[in-house]
Amino acid sequence: MELLGRTETWNITYDHALGEIASYFYTQIRDNARIYGRRCAKTNHVLVPPRAFSDETLLPTTEWVEVGPGGTIQAFTMVYERFNNLPDPPYAFGYVLLDGADTALGGYFKGVDLSDPKKAAEQLAIGTRVMTKFAEKRTGDGLDFWFERA
Amino acid sequence: MSKDRVGIIGIGQSAFRSRRDDASYPELVREAVTIAMADAKLDFDAIEAIVYSLSPDAMIGIGNAERLGVDAVGGRRKRFLRINTGGSTGISSVAAAYYHVASGLCDVVLTAGADKVGECGDSQTVLNKIWDPSFERSLPLGTINMLAMSGVRYMQRYGMTEEDMARVTVKNRRHASLNPNAHLRKVVTIDDVMESRTISWPIKLLDCCPQSTGGAAMVLASEQYIRDNHLDAVWITGLAHRAETYWMGDRMGTNPTAEHADAYALRRSFEQSYKMAGITDPAKQVHVAELYAPFSNTEFHAIDAAGLCKPGESVPMLREGKFDLDGWIPVNPSGGTLCTNAIAVTAMARVAETALQVWGRAGAHQAKNVRVGIASGNGGDHQIFGTMVIEA
Repeated sequence: MELLGRTETWNITYDHALGEIASYFYTQIRDNARIYGRRCAKTNHVLVPPRAFSDETLLPTTEWVEVGPGGTIQAFTMVYERFNNLPDPPYAFGYVLLDGADTALGGYFKGVDLSDPKKAAEQLAIGTRVMTKFAEKRTGDGLDFWFERA
Repeated sequence: MSKDRVGIIGIGQSAFRSRRDDASYPELVREAVTIAMADAKLDFDAIEAIVYSLSPDAMIGIGNAERLGVDAVGGRRKRFLRINTGGSTGISSVAAAYYHVASGLCDVVLTAGADKVGECGDSQTVLNKIWDPSFERSLPLGTINMLAMSGVRYMQRYGMTEEDMARVTVKNRRHASLNPNAHLRKVVTIDDVMESRTISWPIKLLDCCPQSTGGAAMVLASEQYIRDNHLDAVWITGLAHRAETYWMGDRMGTNPTAEHADAYALRRSFEQSYKMAGITDPAKQVHVAELYAPFSNTEFHAIDAAGLCKPGESVPMLREGKFDLDGWIPVNPSGGTLCTNAIAVTAMARVAETALQVWGRAGAHQAKNVRVGIASGNGGDHQIFGTMVIEA
């Protein structure tokens, strides 16, 4: 028998409040091109992205600490497949431990030739030193900065 | 703790496919329930509670589809509860059914669900939304690239290669070719995997699970009920769920508690399940494993976390065929998540397939001489790890 279908699209807009901690983090990036983490007074760990509380101690964090702009790659991948509503491939992104931080921050890697995955993987190997770069026009968003090989 | 055990007395699974244009979502759930009830050889009146297994609504495009499912599972006038823990939903639903029985509240409980992931053209769009809007939503995160990054770290720590990843696919496809319910059943070679296109390096197309459609259901009962009614059963002798930090970047850095290459909370979850089951040396006492691994590389950290070997040793052992159907401890004899992923019931299928193995009812993919099996399910980005020990 003939089997029929129905096409449906969900397109929902949310207006998320970021809260005080993320707001400070992004205004510092936007206005001063600086990245800050939050220190837990008990463990002395600097959490980046900043958290209002430590998941280790469950205590409120107490202090803003500037981190980076240098850092080391902790994880990476290069994406070659196109996914709906995600950026056009290829692109590389991953996590960087910024100098002075104890946890890694996600961001794009730019300035690497992605045409050959194996060669690109060597360029982005774990432990590679990178620098944080900032967009000239910044809006207070995660895309205001990215990482390039130092 | 009660000494009365909880048994599995009925199992139903669809033959999983990319699409099922002949059946609506609730009809798929009904299909699985019908098979499970026939397997349990019970009148439906015996069912006292239903745990509904349904992961993120957006994957099937129906909000709170447990509403549609009430009729499909015969849920009117019975206890009814929905469980959603992402990829681990299926094992979490079996756990919730277990707790209904173990608490003494019910004697017979049904858990069921279905998924139609093949109808979602944007599954990575849906999965991108599991990340925090404050800090990480601006990144193109998805389940493939988060586990690609786990793979990159695993490569560095333990020497896994892309060919080693391909070997997992080759093994599991060979197993799936023997399992009529598996979705991807075509046997492939290492070259086939290596030559398939790169999705998110080092993960290639054939390192990835499919988007599957189908349902699953299981019936659990108390030991007393099983004895009184002379039913056949296998037993859930250990179970646990464990979580770890949301932040992927906290699983790296200076001194992470839970390393992103590994599956820290999966190991903790298995340790608790083993303790409950009285297993002190899993490498000697476990005979078969169905471990949730949607991408080839993740089977290695799952085997490690199950304590079947030291971290990283799974790689050379898999190379030697130790985890083949006729090997030392068969891992994913059904073909596993890598060959079938109907997300809402994938982790239930791990439990169901382990139960069938120790029951001796797995058919063409039956492993030999297996009496103790383990199953696992992973949800989120390392957040929700469910594990079980199942014994004949």
